[in-house]
Amino acid sequence: MGMTMTQKILAAHAGLDSVKAGQLIEAELDLVLGNDITTPVAIDVMKGIKKDTVFDREKIALVMDHFIPNKDIKSAENCKCCREFALKHEITNYFDVGKMGIEHALLPESGLTVAGDCIIGADSHTCTYGALGAFSTGVGSTDMAAGMATGKTWFKVPSAIRFNLTGKPSKWVSGKDVILHIIGMIGVDGALYRSMEFTGDGVGNLSIDDRFTIANMAIEAGGKNGIFPVDDIAIEYMKSHGNRPYKVYEADSDAVYDEEYTIDLSELKPVVAFPHLPENTKTVDEIKERIKVDQAVIGSCTNGRISDLRIAAEVIRGKRIADNVRCIVIPATQKIYLTALEEGLIKDFIEAGAIVSTPTCGPCLGGYMGILAKGERCISTTNRNFVGRMGDTESEVYLASPAVAAASAVAGFITAPEV
Amino acid sequence: MKAKGRVFKYGDNVDTDVIIPARYLNIQDKKELSSHAMEDIDKDFVHNVEKGDIMVARRNFGCGSSREHAPMVIKESGISCVIADTFARIFFRNAINIGLPILECPAAAEFISAGDEVEVDFDTGVITDITTGKSFNAEPFPEFMQKIINSNGLVGYINS
Repeated sequence: MGMTMTQKILAAHAGLDSVKAGQLIEAELDLVLGNDITTPVAIDVMKGIKKDTVFDREKIALVMDHFIPNKDIKSAENCKCCREFALKHEITNYFDVGKMGIEHALLPESGLTVAGDCIIGADSHTCTYGALGAFSTGVGSTDMAAGMATGKTWFKVPSAIRFNLTGKPSKWVSGKDVILHIIGMIGVDGALYRSMEFTGDGVGNLSIDDRFTIANMAIEAGGKNGIFPVDDIAIEYMKSHGNRPYKVYEADSDAVYDEEYTIDLSELKPVVAFPHLPENTKTVDEIKERIKVDQAVIGSCTNGRISDLRIAAEVIRGKRIADNVRCIVIPATQKIYLTALEEGLIKDFIEAGAIVSTPTCGPCLGGYMGILAKGERCISTTNRNFVGRMGDTESEVYLASPAVAAASAVAGFITAPEV
Repeated sequence: MKAKGRVFKYGDNVDTDVIIPARYLNIQDKKELSSHAMEDIDKDFVHNVEKGDIMVARRNFGCGSSREHAPMVIKESGISCVIADTFARIFFRNAINIGLPILECPAAAEFISAGDEVEVDFDTGVITDITTGKSFNAEPFPEFMQKIINSNGLVGYINS
């Protein structure tokens, strides 16, 4: 029986010729990731393991991104704890203020994640690197600690759902609309414990940033990972962002999938996920009522990349953010920020009345930089709209693409740019 | 190993943001952190929970973020076992890794009500609702996961 792309990567990292769904394996890791929330817990766990060394100081990445620049004393203590650990173990890839960015934008941009890798990260959106053809998945702090100590972890080999993408998305339809459409279709546990494998001619019509967004939100369908085939677009991205050798794995032609869906990208429309689950989706043209917004957030590991900012700037340029709407733009990394500055996008945002923040996860998880009061409503390019996610338990988050968030910020209510 | 206690019951898709909101994730002290457990979905939980009590929920329990703080605050608050139709995969791993017993059993999750007295036998996977007299069979864990739980988590397992 053939293997899926994910199964092939896992087999190679377990030193096995083949694996099958349900099998428990121990896999070698190419990278272990943590952030300023999960790493302190992992450091505490490591104290309990009778091994005070890391498996490879170059294969651990610690990214301070959730609550930094430190939002309060406790956050400062957490970052200090990570910094001291990085210094003690001479961790090469420690990213602090000035070098940091949102982890899932920063690591691919730094060439630390490539096709064929097996990666765990103590952050649920670690699945993002599947865009490049890597197997990557989120874990907790104890798994991160064991990964840092041993360079290995256990997996139950997942079965897979195949999404056959065809056609070309129309103007203002992006990777965010593709993944929200899929989550709306299969539900927030539709891919529970399984891989989401994206294939088909339509993949070539998606930019690498679109693919990062799609793989990033595999977890929002319960998926273990989301993964794309490695084509010229992915190879070009990897070559221009680093020099680590990559390895291309392809699913066998007789690989078995639990389910298969075909999605014609040309038929998709801008999608919004209503509170309080990412599966509560409607296309913008299905929304009949006028849903006023108090805030718009454009950023995050899902949609804070340069093409996201270009799209938002294209919509906002020369216009004004609506009265009584706060529009917060957060470039995901320093490099993205600088590129946006050089391209004049930052000027577009500020002249329109938006604000631009240093890279941070900030408001996405209700940390800081845009917390909502009771009864307030936000249109956001982030990934979750759970109860209380961005602030008060009676606030609301609507998930959408950068184009829709930007158009809504200008209009003052949820809408898509005119075609 | 057995657990016995009163049931706190919740629905589908209980996410890690309501189990422990991110605004508290800067707190390292487990006791202080667990004083906010379930706060955004059930403000009375921390006041009413007693050592040994059991949490029962429906599909996709623990979905969302990878924060290990979520199973940690449930364990710290005194809950001896979580029963659900299904668990989100990262929560599943985290619970096993920190030694919080969890069981997947859709029938038990459906028929057990809030406030029921329930007993769980981890060796056999039998869940007994003492209040109603009904019993249910959960799928036992693979042997190596059982070893991790018996070692009070992955750290104990690695050290042994």
